[in-house]
Amino acid sequence: MSQAAIDVPKGGFSFDLCRRNDMLAKKGVQQPSYRKTGTTIVGLIFQDGVILGADTRATEGPIVCDKNCEKIHYMAPNIYCCGAGTAADTEAVTDMVSSQLQLHRYHTGRESRVVTALTLLKKHLFSYQGHVSAALVLGGVDVTGPHLHTIYPHGSTDTLPFATMGSGSLAAMSIFESKYKEGLTRDEGIKLVTEAICSGIFNDLGSGSNVDVCVITKGHKEYLRNHLSPTPRTYVSAKDYTFSKKTEVLLTKIIPLTEKVEVIEAGDAMEE
Amino acid sequence: MTKQHANWSPYDNNGGSCVAIAGANYCVIAADTRMSTGYSILTRDYSKICKLADKAVLASSGFQADVKALQKHLAAKHLIYQHQHNKQMSCPAMAQLLSNTLYYKRFFPYYAFNVLGGLDSEGKGCVFTYDAVGSYERVGYSSQGSGSTLIIPFLDNQLKSPSPLLLPAVDAVTPLSEAEAIDLVKTVFASATERDIYTGDRLEIVVLNADGTRYEYMELRKD
Repeated sequence: MSQAAIDVPKGGFSFDLCRRNDMLAKKGVQQPSYRKTGTTIVGLIFQDGVILGADTRATEGPIVCDKNCEKIHYMAPNIYCCGAGTAADTEAVTDMVSSQLQLHRYHTGRESRVVTALTLLKKHLFSYQGHVSAALVLGGVDVTGPHLHTIYPHGSTDTLPFATMGSGSLAAMSIFESKYKEGLTRDEGIKLVTEAICSGIFNDLGSGSNVDVCVITKGHKEYLRNHLSPTPRTYVSAKDYTFSKKTEVLLTKIIPLTEKVEVIEAGDAMEE
Repeated sequence: MTKQHANWSPYDNNGGSCVAIAGANYCVIAADTRMSTGYSILTRDYSKICKLADKAVLASSGFQADVKALQKHLAAKHLIYQHQHNKQMSCPAMAQLLSNTLYYKRFFPYYAFNVLGGLDSEGKGCVFTYDAVGSYERVGYSSQGSGSTLIIPFLDNQLKSPSPLLLPAVDAVTPLSEAEAIDLVKTVFASATERDIYTGDRLEIVVLNADGTRYEYMELRKD
């Protein structure tokens, strides 16, 4: 009985295959690649709250594997989080923390605070020493006002009035550094975020396609999915490419796989 | 004597895609004009296409410094050829010269992936496709570069070429008209640009036919 209780898994990651994978790697086996969201994600604080922005390209090496993915993740009704890095990690880590926040709200009966989300995220990331590769921009408005944070894969955090992350962070930051000022209006804020994301889309090969924006104010939020599509397809042929549905018949004769075999009873016939 | 750093590499990959299609009386050679390294775009307007002779056009992707050196070398060789023979080199002759030039550097190769398009002595379209060390083949159509893995299956589907092993040899040129071939090239590049991050910005198309050489351009996605 007590033996069975020990075998119950405690949850968390399984490291069972790490030693095997190390051994295989030493023998020259290539590890599989992960879907990385080579990304531009940004956020800024404006006069009434926080605006988050993201591009929508997901890549696997040089290939675009999703042209319109979602990188602004839900954390709580008043908190959203942009994710860059390995897609699975950003998704899993934001889902886990959003679940913990929901339970915490049931327990306390109060709105979640951004610092709570921040602490949960950084604790998780720090405990995995950078192996959970999620680089995040966390933003929200709670009882203490608007907040914007960046979280690095190793668990360090920053608290900033404007922030960028991902492979397009330099392109986006150049826009923020030249144009951001305190007390922007909602429309100015959205315009600046869109411009920063567009800078990433055009100048960083890991970022592309559309601009997603999320505006969070006191007691209200607005998720503007595909707020801007700055890169329409440039050529559509007048000819439509269709594929023949017919299958060529090679042979109609049916050849049985094995010859029919007569079974002859060897021993005496069974008695009636 | 100083010790060389073990991980130093003299090569870079500047991306980009090239396509060439041969027809009965024309040849279409096309390439995008994006030049990039890593996740950065170096320029959006750099031609990968080099007109080596009246009837031989080379499109190359790979490492642009090596491509440039290769183009200069071939241009110099062609100039000498003109002085010696008082005529332009034919496309099949240029194809053999390119192969020899690449193989000459077998153990320190030019990091260049080439497609040579042109017209042969009968005015028929011809396309030669290469690897980095000079293995080459005359084909009806070809694609090289970062988007080639996306482009080739589409071309194979649209332009089923006869096996090169057939006897008697069947002509590899495509059955398309010149306008249809240009439309196909524009389509494959618009599609490759959707999924290959190293292909984009602008498409340069060179059309060779009996009238001479014509250049066409088309915008591609810039993200």
